[in-house]
Amino acid sequence: MSTSASKSLHDVIARNLADVPPSGIRDFFEIVSTMEDVISLGIGEPDFDAPWHIREASIFGLEKGATSYTSNLGLLGLRRAIANYVKKTFSLQYDPQREVLVTVGVSEALDLAIRAICNPGDEIMYHEPCYVSYGPLIQFAHGRPVIVPTTIENEFRVTRDALEERVGPRTKALILNYPNNPTGAALTRNDAKDIADFVSDHDLILITDEIYAELTYHQDHLSPATFPGMRERTIFLHGFSKAWAMTGFRIGYACAPPALTDAMMKIHQYTMLCAPILSQEAAIAALDEPERDIADMKSEYEKRRNFLQNSFGEMGLPCFEPRGAFYAFPSVRETGLSSKAFALRLLEEEKVACVPGTAFGASGEGFVRCAYATALDDLKEAMHRMAAFLDRLRT
Amino acid sequence: MDELLKILKNNALETPDNIAKMLNISTEEVRSRIADYEKRGIIKGYQAIVNEDVLKMDRVTALIEVKVSPEREGGFNHVATRIGKFPEVQSIYLVSGDFDLLLFVVGPDLKEVAFFVSEKLATIDGVHATATHFMLKTYKHHGVLMEAQDEYERLKITP
Ligand SMILES: Cc1ncc(COP(=O)(O)O)c(C=O)c1O
Repeated sequence: MSTSASKSLHDVIARNLADVPPSGIRDFFEIVSTMEDVISLGIGEPDFDAPWHIREASIFGLEKGATSYTSNLGLLGLRRAIANYVKKTFSLQYDPQREVLVTVGVSEALDLAIRAICNPGDEIMYHEPCYVSYGPLIQFAHGRPVIVPTTIENEFRVTRDALEERVGPRTKALILNYPNNPTGAALTRNDAKDIADFVSDHDLILITDEIYAELTYHQDHLSPATFPGMRERTIFLHGFSKAWAMTGFRIGYACAPPALTDAMMKIHQYTMLCAPILSQEAAIAALDEPERDIADMKSEYEKRRNFLQNSFGEMGLPCFEPRGAFYAFPSVRETGLSSKAFALRLLEEEKVACVPGTAFGASGEGFVRCAYATALDDLKEAMHRMAAFLDRLRT
Repeated sequence: MDELLKILKNNALETPDNIAKMLNISTEEVRSRIADYEKRGIIKGYQAIVNEDVLKMDRVTALIEVKVSPEREGGFNHVATRIGKFPEVQSIYLVSGDFDLLLFVVGPDLKEVAFFVSEKLATIDGVHATATHFMLKTYKHHGVLMEAQDEYERLKITP
């Protein structure tokens, strides 16, 4: 193909897509994947395999011939199990017939939620550092991302003041994610209340991504959707990827009042039709006895979290105490290196991969994300190498 | 079970320093709690999990079902303790079902174990029947699969 032809192909690409910057994670992945023997603290998914009885349910599904489409909303049995679980765990009541939509991961649910409410030019707010998809999904929907930075001073919890500063007449919704990827921050009851008040006072929709809800340490998770009046303006997102270690099953869900669920479902039925049936079968098994599945992994994460936190302390790397998810977010400012330079040098010199904080937004500058969903032996070795790296930097 | 015991059950060689970091307590406290567990007989010892099939050791293990008539005082305890004195016997359990005691016995070869059963075990007062099963291959021992399966590789960096 001639150059002029490929140039014109560039012009063919939708403009709102061209405006989306390339992923910082992707860049880094390309570098890491060329290297051997890297210990990676850069993996945002559990190192555990999904519990065996869940995998077994999926195998059994295959055997009994579960190879068809399901209802667009998802298997009713699964929606019922989800409604039960959400009620029990979050004190939120949803009608499995009309208010629960099974999706291909929280990833799809986020896309549906945003597209369901966003008119071109609408503003959708989210706090940063945050999961990588929020900004791009808003842009794909022709909306305007409004970034609300969070800081270490407030342990990366978004404040009402910061929200008030950036809300405007075109603001339609707020996306919230606590426990947070990449910082490990979680909300207190007061924070959740403040945010709920903010959303109500400005008549916004709340899209709350609570995918890490089960993974909090010494702090109970409280959904902001539980405050009076909030349920009616909230799209509640959750899934099985994290607490159940089921990332590859690609299964999640959205719960919202019928009008919102119908709108999401309109997109879902034409773009996805339904979530894979075997994953739905597995998800039903995951909700059989969720406490049992989660407890062991969670207690393992907690030990690793403590281990990282104490190891960072020992090597003099400031890190606020992660309250949830499986990420620690130490500050590397004191080294004088940018997040990216720190991560690159650590990778080159010690073969330890962590993700530069800036991959999660500009307010991640000065930090790196270290996932402790990594085997303890690897964490030990990584901490060892990181301490040696810091020693060298300091002399 | 206490988290400290869970860690040691999983890896008895874990250093007190690392355990301290995992549990957010001091190294001294880890040491003193381990010492206390040892003193109270909660930790009875530390052993390696050895895959003997790889060593091709000249020895066999048998699982032996034993029917016993319980005694008026002491039930099965007396007989079980007597059986336990033999060094060939690795473990003894009282079980429900068709027989009463389940034994794990090791010996240099089939003949020696068979001899132990007929001459020593079956002749004990109160033992009135035995059934011997020789173990052919170990797949899983103490929660550990003997043949490591390849781990499914995850991407090195994910969001
Ligand atoms: C905050 C957050 N939301 C959503 C997702 C996507 O999850 P899923 O696997 O359910 O699509 C992730 C995965 O890393 C995440 O960290």
